[in-house]
Amino acid sequence: MDSTSPNIVQNLTRKAEHIRRRSLEIICSAKGGHTGGGLSSTDILTTLYLHVLNVDPKNPQMENRDRFVMSKGHCVEALYCALAEAGFIPDSLLEEYGKFGTTLAGHPTKKVAGVEINSGALGHGLPVGVGMAMAAKMDKKDYLTYVLMGDGEQGEGSIYEAAMAASHYKLDNLIAIIDRNGLQISGSTENVMSLEPMQQRWEAFGWNVLEVDGNSIPELLKAFDFFKKNKNGKPHLLIAKTVKGKGVSYMENVAKWHHGVPNAEQLTQAKSEIEQRLETMK
Amino acid sequence: MNTIPCRKSFTDTLLALAKKDKNIVAVTSDARGSVTLDAFANELPEQFVEVGIAEQDAVGIAAGLASCGKKTFVCGPACFYVARSLEQVKVDLAYSKNPVKVLGVSGGVSYGALGSTHHSLHDIAALRTFPGMHIVLPCDIFQTKKLVEQLVDYPHPVYVRVGRNAVPNVYESENIDFKIGKANLLADGKDLTIIGTGETTYHCLQAAKMLKEKGISARVLDMHTLKPFDVEAVLKAAAETKKILTVEEHSIFGGLGAAVAEVVVQSKNIVPIKIVGIPDENAVHGTALEIFKHYGLDTEGIVAAAEKFCKE
Repeated sequence: MDSTSPNIVQNLTRKAEHIRRRSLEIICSAKGGHTGGGLSSTDILTTLYLHVLNVDPKNPQMENRDRFVMSKGHCVEALYCALAEAGFIPDSLLEEYGKFGTTLAGHPTKKVAGVEINSGALGHGLPVGVGMAMAAKMDKKDYLTYVLMGDGEQGEGSIYEAAMAASHYKLDNLIAIIDRNGLQISGSTENVMSLEPMQQRWEAFGWNVLEVDGNSIPELLKAFDFFKKNKNGKPHLLIAKTVKGKGVSYMENVAKWHHGVPNAEQLTQAKSEIEQRLETMK
Repeated sequence: MNTIPCRKSFTDTLLALAKKDKNIVAVTSDARGSVTLDAFANELPEQFVEVGIAEQDAVGIAAGLASCGKKTFVCGPACFYVARSLEQVKVDLAYSKNPVKVLGVSGGVSYGALGSTHHSLHDIAALRTFPGMHIVLPCDIFQTKKLVEQLVDYPHPVYVRVGRNAVPNVYESENIDFKIGKANLLADGKDLTIIGTGETTYHCLQAAKMLKEKGISARVLDMHTLKPFDVEAVLKAAAETKKILTVEEHSIFGGLGAAVAEVVVQSKNIVPIKIVGIPDENAVHGTALEIFKHYGLDTEGIVAAAEKFCKE
């Protein structure tokens, strides 16, 4: 089936809205979280966990599963909610987020089904993903490795060590994604430390680079399809142009919502905006 | 006189095992010569990963390989792996429970006159604080061989530190008892216990022989494993001998001596402890042996420290 069929797109779009709503709820309940970047990543996480990744929530350690590394580990609420939506963890477990002794820490750990490596320190995911993709090549297995990075994260030098290794070893089974929302905690990425021209930089490292609207599920589906079908000896980078705080009008493109927590009134407004969008999809 | 460095014993053993087990993978960062991995790289190119001068990448890649079932050894100079890539060791190996083996070669003051950039005198202290990280400093080529055999399927991440130069053998053959986490009793005695680790162990044993001639009866423990620490052997030493002298090619802070002291002062047999190691300064420049001599880590230095300690 064409993965961009209207049914699939609508189903994923609804699920993305569920994940947005749920992650706002657990952030408010825990009184803390990485709100803006989680919302910008939600469509990417939804597309991956609920459609693209070859994973089995009933068998999270399935041998030939695709590997997903959440290098931008701070956006953990969106990840946990995507894992719950996909069936890796029960929705009731989300209630424990932020509570004493919880397995759902403020950054992902392997204690949570579906998480491949503990993350939270930036610049670690791509080297780990290179190792996973390398292991697949050594074992002649066909699983793919996906790594989701933040754009602020691109300041970490270890990423470029891994970028070199990935192209040197011709890891066309590796798909990295940059959640390019343009904002980091101190403001615009281009003011903090300029990252452009991002596409040319990565192409110079020997990668295939595509840029899409990272909040558009059909565009994300098309990009992942393209990478899977076009293995040319080069690793793949998806620059997913997103909006930080996507889906909540007062949060969109506002840096302070990096780890801002909505008050009760703000939460009600955010959920009402999500409900209205879900209504129009009926 | 032994002419084989422990790093060579390590890689020879690893190569032999890797020929029979294609899941064994060696990762290095432009250090195949320093580590003595040339033969491994030439004979098993499919199981060898060169990442260039990029220790953070090497450890991260090793973690990824291990998480997919590869028995991964990441190998290079100790000074870089426990500094530049320390966060990768902390997060990708220890915290994430990826059972990668980190071989730090030319550790301690092996690089001698190359200076503090190349010394690793903080590694034990740093790594002891990482939950789940194990630490072993083998003392000779026989113990190194036994260690590698046990490491292949060992389910925890382990840091192994060996020196650069060939050192005298402590054991007579590879037919020795060796178990990670279990100290070896090399000589028994009642006046004091001398505890060594890695390259100082040989000097501790030689010192005990000289002390015997001077009428001092010294027990010698080979504390090859710093973590998990053999608490029982230390408690036994505190109960059965009057004092404990520790000798390490490491800062006096946070290493072997500190580990021994932590055990003893919290026990009911509190005995005096003397920690011999590198003081809080950048180590002098010279050959490794000259540096050992300068700080009293060699046989003569240990004898002098023990005699003085016994008179106190």
